[in-house]
Amino acid sequence: MKFIDWLDERLAVKELVKVTLTEYYVPKNINFLWSFGVLVMLVFAILVVSGIFLLMYYKPDAHLAFDSVNKTIMMDVEYGWLFRHTHAVGASIMFLVLFIHMARGIYYGSFKAPREIVWITGYILFVLMSATAFTGYLLPWGQMSYWAAQTITTLFEKIPFIGPDLVIWIRGNYIVEDATLTRFFALHVVFLPLLLIVFTAIHLYAVRIPGSNNEDGEHYTKEEKKHGKGIPFWPVFMAKEFFVMSIFLTFFFYLVFYQYKFAMDPINFQPADYLQTPMHIYPEWYFLAFYEVLRGFFFSQNLGLIAFVLSMFIAAFLPWLDTSPIVSGKHRPIYKVLFWIFIADFVFLTILGKLPPTGLYAWLGFVGSLIYFAFFLALPIVSRIEKKKVAGGR
Amino acid sequence: MIIFIENLAGGKVMADEKMSRRDFLLYAMGGWATVGVGGVLYGMYKTWEPLPEVKAQATVSFDISTVQPGELKVVSWRGKPVFVLRKTSDMVQCKDRSVENEYTVVMGICTHLGCIPNWEADKKIWHCPCHGGDYDACGKNIFGPPPRPLDVPPFKIQGTTIVLGEEGPEYKQMKEKGLTT
Repeated sequence: MKFIDWLDERLAVKELVKVTLTEYYVPKNINFLWSFGVLVMLVFAILVVSGIFLLMYYKPDAHLAFDSVNKTIMMDVEYGWLFRHTHAVGASIMFLVLFIHMARGIYYGSFKAPREIVWITGYILFVLMSATAFTGYLLPWGQMSYWAAQTITTLFEKIPFIGPDLVIWIRGNYIVEDATLTRFFALHVVFLPLLLIVFTAIHLYAVRIPGSNNEDGEHYTKEEKKHGKGIPFWPVFMAKEFFVMSIFLTFFFYLVFYQYKFAMDPINFQPADYLQTPMHIYPEWYFLAFYEVLRGFFFSQNLGLIAFVLSMFIAAFLPWLDTSPIVSGKHRPIYKVLFWIFIADFVFLTILGKLPPTGLYAWLGFVGSLIYFAFFLALPIVSRIEKKKVAGGR
Repeated sequence: MIIFIENLAGGKVMADEKMSRRDFLLYAMGGWATVGVGGVLYGMYKTWEPLPEVKAQATVSFDISTVQPGELKVVSWRGKPVFVLRKTSDMVQCKDRSVENEYTVVMGICTHLGCIPNWEADKKIWHCPCHGGDYDACGKNIFGPPPRPLDVPPFKIQGTTIVLGEEGPEYKQMKEKGLTT
């Protein structure tokens, strides 16, 4: 008796492989943008592995953290620099592939019925990944780490009634201190990755029920995909995916070995000093757009804060903002224009986020923030126009 | 068991009493579980509170006569910077926000998002590097996103010494006028 048969009798592995891989079909009319989901998984794996190796020398203590990273790991541990650079570049690239993965979903209407759960779990994953990046950024205990944590935790102060106490509770001190570092460490290393894995499992399960979307937003049954409209996930889809992965890894390790500096802010090589804010503080590039929305409403702190929270979560409600019967942006002329304005605006906000918030920049930030929200608010209107058009055409 | 046997005899009564017994057990267990979960959550909540050594951070005394006219000194209190500026006559005057008529004593924490503003001696303002807010020599917000002046920490004057963390009569006066936050 072969081992696989022995295992199959006990765990039904053959059926599992069929359902999840060999008889799970991906539509044929997709393009390379559909390879980014697997790329996200790949980067996550890289982050977990490099993270485990950093964990072996990192010390989560306000007195030891900075040196354990910048001396022990960077100078003493053989190849320690490789794992740190891989982890830092990995975190950055994670958001690049995530943004592309999400933008593909937005453009081709992958959030629409019956894929709402896929979109929602995916969005929760994005929020969890942001929290993981934020807590992880404090760990090297440099100036930028420290002041990013100080600024973001201060945001909670504005919550009515409980705000000021909540901030002290989150920090475990009146300021960001040792207690904050150790709890962020626990969240970054155990709790958040655990949640990420759980939600990834739900996300992957959820996408296997309706199946992947496609360029035309067409609905195919499993039978249609089996006979001509699709290809099996394994081995056919993954065979192409391996090619994309190898190209991606070449690019990724080029960054790790030659361009890692973009992920290593020079200010963060000064130890955290709670009495001196650096001249300019800014988040990592992947948070700049949201950060610029926060600053965009420069005339009212409360408005800025509400806008910031809204900007981070509004996209989660896409399935209910965009109710157009036409799924794919490929067949929606107005939506296509709005989408590209939104992408351009996101890039614009990202660039502005790094510039000083004065004079003209402050106003540009305001306008950019308004355009950001205008995209989402225009969707119900576009949906109505398209509904009429579809009804009239039939 | 007794209830069960009794109920075997009489139709509808049996069903009702069986249900109520089951409901009772469910509520009892549910209630007990709620207490348990509540207790665990409370315990978790309490672990994140500041440690006693943090809470016990006492008051800080500082001799303000050591500050030269026009000079700014930064005192650390509860891990936060307190600005002590001895003003000169060419700086903005504000009788009711000054300590001993010539000192500005304010928390060095931007009221916008908690960054530490830098003193720009040539312009005689505090400028926040994070989001561009400005404060005058009295600590009043004069430009940018800060919603209010720099906070005045609780203080008490003892001769030429200022005690931070205790509310003296001068501080209480300021507080009554709503000038401390």
